[in-house]
Amino acid sequence: MTMGTTTEADDPTLRQAILETLQRIAPEVSPREISPSRPLRDQVDLDSMDWLNFLLGLHARLGVDIPESDYRKLVTLDDLLRYVSAKRRG
Amino acid sequence: MRTSIIHKTASDLQVAPNLADYDAERRGFSWEAAGAELGLRAQRPVNIAALAVDRHLGTPVADRIALRFIARDERRRNISYAELALLSSRFAGVLRSLGVGKGERVFLLSGRIPELYVAALGALKNGSVVAPLFSAFGPEPIRTRLALGEARVLVTTESLYRRKVAGIAAELPRLAHTLLVGDDGGPTDVPGTRDLATLMSAAADRFDVERTSANDMALLHFTSGTTGTPKGAIHVHGAAVAHYATGRYALDLHPDDVFWCTADPGWVTGTSYGIVAPLLHGVTSIVDEADFDAERWYRLLDQHAVSVWYTAPTAVRMLMKAGAGLARAHRLPALRFIASVGEPLNPEAVWWGEEAFGLPIHDNWWQTETGGIMIANTAAMDIKPGSMGKPLPGIDACVVARRDDGSCEEIAAPGVQGELALRKGWPSMFRGYLNQDERYRKCFCGDLYLTGDLVSRDADGYYWFVGRADDVIKSSGHLIGPFEVESALMEHPAVAEAGVIGKPDPVVGETVKAFVSLKAGYVAGEALRMELLGHARKRLGAAVAPKEIAFLPALPRTRSGKIMRRLLKAREMGLPEGDTSTLEAGA
Repeated sequence: MTMGTTTEADDPTLRQAILETLQRIAPEVSPREISPSRPLRDQVDLDSMDWLNFLLGLHARLGVDIPESDYRKLVTLDDLLRYVSAKRRG
Repeated sequence: MRTSIIHKTASDLQVAPNLADYDAERRGFSWEAAGAELGLRAQRPVNIAALAVDRHLGTPVADRIALRFIARDERRRNISYAELALLSSRFAGVLRSLGVGKGERVFLLSGRIPELYVAALGALKNGSVVAPLFSAFGPEPIRTRLALGEARVLVTTESLYRRKVAGIAAELPRLAHTLLVGDDGGPTDVPGTRDLATLMSAAADRFDVERTSANDMALLHFTSGTTGTPKGAIHVHGAAVAHYATGRYALDLHPDDVFWCTADPGWVTGTSYGIVAPLLHGVTSIVDEADFDAERWYRLLDQHAVSVWYTAPTAVRMLMKAGAGLARAHRLPALRFIASVGEPLNPEAVWWGEEAFGLPIHDNWWQTETGGIMIANTAAMDIKPGSMGKPLPGIDACVVARRDDGSCEEIAAPGVQGELALRKGWPSMFRGYLNQDERYRKCFCGDLYLTGDLVSRDADGYYWFVGRADDVIKSSGHLIGPFEVESALMEHPAVAEAGVIGKPDPVVGETVKAFVSLKAGYVAGEALRMELLGHARKRLGAAVAPKEIAFLPALPRTRSGKIMRRLLKAREMGLPEGDTSTLEAGA
């Protein structure tokens, strides 16, 4: 997967919104320790239900529709940033 | 049309079922004869790994794929029976070279990676006892189990070690060796640990399997009760006979099958049926290293031509959410038998199998203590959706009522609710809770093992699950002890008391919900709720920690001071509160 040339991936507001949504599920997470290019679930202890609730939380907070068929594309924080900004643009 | 029974006819069966005539097979069955099929004779050594792997050497099975690992990026690694025999012998040699012997506990903590399976089988060959842990446990459940199980060896990955074990290692003086698997496949260099790959490459290819007997301890599976610490259920090498027989009857395994057990080896299903039973049958298993994903699962069923699939209600319900259309987009001509375990499968899910795959889903029932499947809807049997099925050959089940004096009375009449009991004598029955004899003895009434599950049996001999006799929580098919969760919450300075229940959930069965009251000076609110949630998750891990925390001014207690979880649950569900005569005034 390439980083592409998007600047959205560096959008600090969006990044913060995603991390805050994650912290609703896993308050023990400290955002500074999250490496944006490594699989999120390797870094944060999230079971299937937590992960689902996290994605539902993103939908509620950011208003983006995340169909189940896209779940597997969303592995890292960078993936999420790219996906959400593309959806919001589109 | 959805009827109360799914009738099976010959046209529903792609292969001749192993259990065709239920009554005749039960009458003719003996555990001795089942053992003889594995080449076992009385008073001779029995070793699960030798039976599961080495027994196939020199036969055509040796070159067959035993385990096919599918990495997250869907790269495959095939391990043949011959290679598995060699690798497990090397691991056994590693243990022997470290001075680890028979009966000593080897704990495993990792995802579903090849090293886990090799270590499990190698430790068994060495006569050591395998104790698998779920990798989603947090440091506290890991520490408790390693200490209770008197762990001598821990096999884990570098990242799991750093995240979950490094901080507790000092509290485990008996843990002599920690062997690490590198996260990227490379060698590890972490103080206080050894690199597993380095040790494996120095080990010999041959190993003389320890001459274990049928009653020697082989596996230690931790399970949870309502009160107190987790319990380590002891299983013996002789259990292999039950793994073999149940694989044949309940999962209908045939030599050419490609089998997929989706359970994690951190739980008993993932060991008995994710490792042992399919290997005993010489079939090919696929092992997915990734987490659940509906599309991926259908793709794997398709690409790997899975013929027998053993999964869990939570997974089935998540697939249902993704829609039958997604399932039907994949043609699955090889798939012929689907079974489920972990909690009762609701009738809609049984029927959904028909809709999505043209196959009903066969529910079955067992628990950590039984070591293997006891009651099942089998391939040739009519299915009653919502029922756990009928006892397998070799298994005598009944419904009992416990009397106040501790004795039990068998309930012969159909349709009457009571506790499910099993007559002792099947080979995979647990032989103790490690160092907790009193708790073990309490599980028996004469020669009956009392399961703690409330059931009824209908006039056709099918069993129906009603509920648990205790407060144990069942989430995604895994038992969670409320006491373990309450204890972790109580460690937080703000918490005065904690009561934990299973809150019904349409997908995972139950989720963990905690009620807490606060000490003076602390204010209930969102900030504290998040702090408590984070506190619990850090200690317990995602699999055990509460998903929800609610504040109460005080928790309902009995006059003797016990928190009435049952009442918390009734209130949560808006149900009648039942007998509250022992409730302390004002709660």
